[in-house]
Amino acid sequence: MSTIQSSESQEIHPDVALVERARAGELAAFDQLVRQYERQVFRIAQHITQNREDAQDVVQDAFFKAYQKLEQFQGNSKFYTWLVRIAVNEALMRLRKRRTAKTVSMDEDVQTEDGSLPRDFADWTPNPEQQYKQAELKEILQKTIQGLPPGFRTVFTLRDVEGLSTEETAEALNLSIPAVKSRLLRARLQLRERLSRYFRSTKEATAEGASK
Amino acid sequence: MNCTEFIAQLDELFERHNIQQQLRAELRTHLSTCDHCVVTYNTTRQTIEIYRNNELYELPDDLHEKLHSAIMERCAKSKKPC
Repeated sequence: MSTIQSSESQEIHPDVALVERARAGELAAFDQLVRQYERQVFRIAQHITQNREDAQDVVQDAFFKAYQKLEQFQGNSKFYTWLVRIAVNEALMRLRKRRTAKTVSMDEDVQTEDGSLPRDFADWTPNPEQQYKQAELKEILQKTIQGLPPGFRTVFTLRDVEGLSTEETAEALNLSIPAVKSRLLRARLQLRERLSRYFRSTKEATAEGASK
Repeated sequence: MNCTEFIAQLDELFERHNIQQQLRAELRTHLSTCDHCVVTYNTTRQTIEIYRNNELYELPDDLHEKLHSAIMERCAKSKKPC
């Protein structure tokens, strides 16, 4: 009896029904899935590749691959997490092509910079969103995230920008949960350190400069 | 808890799920005694929020439609999902 109750109360994600219909040949159902997720996939792709044209190609290729591989989607994970995994692989492949001589993977550069020891202890006042115009702020944010190694950038994007859980991020990137946590911490601290160059309180910075 | 241990566990303060109450309490206790870690915590929180609140890579509607059509055209031309 309790089994029946628990299976009845278990919610089925609406994407599962769309996937089923698409598998049965209903293209409109897949169209709906594409509409639902293409903006997110585009953002993720551009965060990883840092190139608009590449990001567009990644979106196209990722959805096309997902369509072709729909039968392989097991339903153990969310459709979106499965799709993100395809998109991340495509994006890393594009990045690799751009830097022909260099290998790009989730492991690249993650050991090379120690982001775990904060050096900047100045507060950000006034709030950066008040301090800078929207366009300037965007430029700073883009420039700063561009400087992160791809492995850190990807984890930060999925977890903090797109709001995936740690478990979903681990699944999408084929990483262990401790690896996601460790990269996320270092990505956050490195970004914080780099942004401090722009946002640190001018009052404290001036006082520090005067004391040198 | 010292500053190094605080930094190593800092992410716990941003967790929304699977919260470890004991650890969180220890982190809060350290924060109440360390100005440097307060700044690190505040600015790290601001880092997350600022990236979350500002969409850096928007997809304009016209480009979105073009991309969407291209995807669906490719899928329509291919075989049924296999």
